[in-house]
Amino acid sequence: MSYSKKVIDHYENPRNVGRMDDDDPSVGTGMVGAPACGDVMRLQIKVDNAGVIEDAKFKTYGCGSAIASSSLATEWMKGRTLDEAAEIRNTQIVEELALPPVKIHCSVLAEDAIKAAIDDYRRKQNDSAA
Amino acid sequence: MSDIPIGINFHSSFFELFGIPLHYNVERSAIHGRYLELQRIVHPDRFAGLGERGQRLAVQYAAFVNEAFDTLCSPLKRALYLLEISGHPVDIEKNTVMDTAFLMEQMSLREDLAEVRGCSDPEAAIEAVRERAEALMGSLKEEFVSYWQQGESGFAKAADCARKMHFADRLLTEAEQLEEDIFDN
Repeated sequence: MSYSKKVIDHYENPRNVGRMDDDDPSVGTGMVGAPACGDVMRLQIKVDNAGVIEDAKFKTYGCGSAIASSSLATEWMKGRTLDEAAEIRNTQIVEELALPPVKIHCSVLAEDAIKAAIDDYRRKQNDSAA
Repeated sequence: MSDIPIGINFHSSFFELFGIPLHYNVERSAIHGRYLELQRIVHPDRFAGLGERGQRLAVQYAAFVNEAFDTLCSPLKRALYLLEISGHPVDIEKNTVMDTAFLMEQMSLREDLAEVRGCSDPEAAIEAVRERAEALMGSLKEEFVSYWQQGESGFAKAADCARKMHFADRLLTEAEQLEEDIFDN
């Protein structure tokens, strides 16, 4: 199986690798894992007062497709509102990176990480409002 | 697949094939003798007089025997297989959102492994990760057995243990590969 050029580009030059302070109330953290392959992914977002994602970071231990999927997800999330980011679908990632069928679960992982990060941020906001 | 009488039913479960009770705990040493015996039984030489079809069958039998042994020896594969033959196959393609504390621990173990190369004593650093991965696998095995023994009510939780085993298995594989990379070069 060969990786597409876009996957290789994201794998060799991953965007937005890193971590943010999980205790920061403006940061949402999504942790997901793929039981099919043992990959783990952490995706974090920093949201401004207007509900726009001003920064996104990820760290993924997994194959090239999982790294590329999460790298692309962080790129796409930046500058979007939470609602807009929640609309990102794994099928869009599959299309953009030209992932083969056996690697679709990597894009599912990225979509679930996006949702988990948004959920975590919203939960934190609700907790501090309560 | 068999109509050649060789005294083995290839439709039986791996547990029956190896003559052991249907239970999660399996010792490699306890089934190795039977594995050698099965390998002799399915050896292609015994099918020599049966032409091309016989040879083809021999290859299939050997693959079945090897898969059975491999499955019974692997804590992860054994768990998945047990759930499968009890009618509760684990859908490992789904269910990406898991217990966060568990995933955080996995992340930190993978980070430790990734930093091994920069350590003053990489061997000890790999060993430390391996010990934690083995301890994790050990407790998942125990948990699996206790849920498994509950029957129907425990299958969902047993499946969770099997999913988690995949991460421990992956860590152990990566630790091994890293060790080979570092010390064989």
